[in-house]
Amino acid sequence: MASLLDLSLSEARDGLKAGTFSSVELTEAYIAAAEAARPLKAYIVETPDKARAMAAEADKRLKSGEAAPMTGIPVGVKDLFCTNGVQTTAGSHILEGFVPPYESTVTANLWRNGAVMLGKLNLDEFAMGSSNETSYFGAAINPWRANGEDAKLVPGGSSGGSSSAVAARAALCATGTDTGGSIRQPASFCGVVGLKPTYGRCSRWGIVAFASSLDQAGPITRTVRDAAIMLGAMAGFDPKDSTSADIPVPNYEAALTGDVRGMKIGVPKEYRVDGMPPEIDELWSKGMDWLKAAGAELVEVSLPHTKYALPTYYIVAPAEASSNLARYDGVKYGLREPGDSLVEMYESTRAAGFGAEVKRRILIGTYVLSAGYYDAYYLKAQKVRTRILQDFSTAFETVDAILTPTAPSAAFALGAKTGDPIAMYLNDIFTVPAPLAGIPGISVPAGLSKEGLPLGLQVLGKAFDEETVFKVAGVLEDAAGFAAKPDPWWE
Amino acid sequence: MSVDKATVARIAHLARIAVPEEQLEPLAAELNQILAFVEQLNEVDTGNIAPMASVADMKLRRRKDEITDGGYAEDVLKNAPATEHGFFAVPKVIE
Repeated sequence: MASLLDLSLSEARDGLKAGTFSSVELTEAYIAAAEAARPLKAYIVETPDKARAMAAEADKRLKSGEAAPMTGIPVGVKDLFCTNGVQTTAGSHILEGFVPPYESTVTANLWRNGAVMLGKLNLDEFAMGSSNETSYFGAAINPWRANGEDAKLVPGGSSGGSSSAVAARAALCATGTDTGGSIRQPASFCGVVGLKPTYGRCSRWGIVAFASSLDQAGPITRTVRDAAIMLGAMAGFDPKDSTSADIPVPNYEAALTGDVRGMKIGVPKEYRVDGMPPEIDELWSKGMDWLKAAGAELVEVSLPHTKYALPTYYIVAPAEASSNLARYDGVKYGLREPGDSLVEMYESTRAAGFGAEVKRRILIGTYVLSAGYYDAYYLKAQKVRTRILQDFSTAFETVDAILTPTAPSAAFALGAKTGDPIAMYLNDIFTVPAPLAGIPGISVPAGLSKEGLPLGLQVLGKAFDEETVFKVAGVLEDAAGFAAKPDPWWE
Repeated sequence: MSVDKATVARIAHLARIAVPEEQLEPLAAELNQILAFVEQLNEVDTGNIAPMASVADMKLRRRKDEITDGGYAEDVLKNAPATEHGFFAVPKVIE
């Protein structure tokens, strides 16, 4: 059965349609793989019974010739998406035991398109983190290890359970969400593909909210084609999300023509930062060479406010989080700790229910929104955010897409950065600008570090032009020929 | 700008998070580290720049003011830590 686990989503789809194997067979292989991969702590909850029932249903649909784009494909779901009847925790103690009586729009779209649910995947608490270490349920582990080492590495975050499971062949593909890099950075750390779509492309309804003006759902897969197929099955207009875009979802797979001749690819000089390891720089240059060889034209562009993206993000995101997380008060769902008065009950519930990083961000958010500081911090950050968007708008007047590294390093060891919030935040230096500007971005595995760890390249595109992003990413993927797999040390 | 112990206690209360006395000082240090980091935004000239309201150029949609959903109080209450007579129950608020 091991060979079934190595199929990409598109190969599995074709095999299911041709009747080479059934969804039940494919799903059983993944149920066993998810169980064997428990040392990675990628799943918070496995749902094998649900998976078997959905797979049997998918096989009926396949037999009757009514297959949808994802019929019979086993999917892992980041535990930030509400799933009807299945515990949804956001990686937090405060939501432990919460069983939503409704389904998020993105997962409902996936099930309508025939996908099979394997379970709920680990993440940083409320998606706040870049290493998965803030999860109340323990950190998910990266299936990759450095050459000759057995030290455990982080899978990146916040969608670390998703990237870990997909890389370890414990899920064929997975949903993620990206607020400051939470799809692309873990994809880079685990050697898989991760796409953050344009803000408004996927509905946010039913996704536990972190920072509402930044949050976007997207696919984590093993190939660019798989990401194109999966995004098509997730995206679409939803009247229940007031910021959902009422524009048609194109056939993303059709964009993968492999033809980038004459396209202009921007290379932002501000992304060459001090202290960046030379191998990241070398990989970036390789990416440029690959695109040039494929007939694209490279153009130096300037995004002058790049260095201000992180500080802007660390005002805007905590501010929105402090407001969104006000709902966890021990009344409607989740944890309640006793208190003599209503306010004491709130305060003790939130003290016991939130972890250190979440508390830190709520406090920062509360401070920057408080009377006397709102103009100096929050309003200032929203103005700089306008400047960051203007930088991209100007660049996209002359280029079709932008090429950058995804992250300033390969995966690091567990615990290496937990003591220093700023060092942890710096992981997101290349991924944070895209959500601030609302534009799409993808990470493609493009090579290995000298320690043998995956490194990703990032392609950014114009708003609602995921097709160009996929097209360029597909060319990079072909040129890179990334075929390395982690050794299954956890089995 | 930086925060002291008293400010941390004040914002913790605003955020309804109980913070034990001995954690106020270390928290102030952590928050000051983050505030010092975001301070660099003051280098950016934002004189005539409008603060961002939305990344997408879109207007909020309107719909008819009518009931389109609801009627399942049981589902709504299912996850509540305490309920009474079909309501959420909380510690006594009125003396």
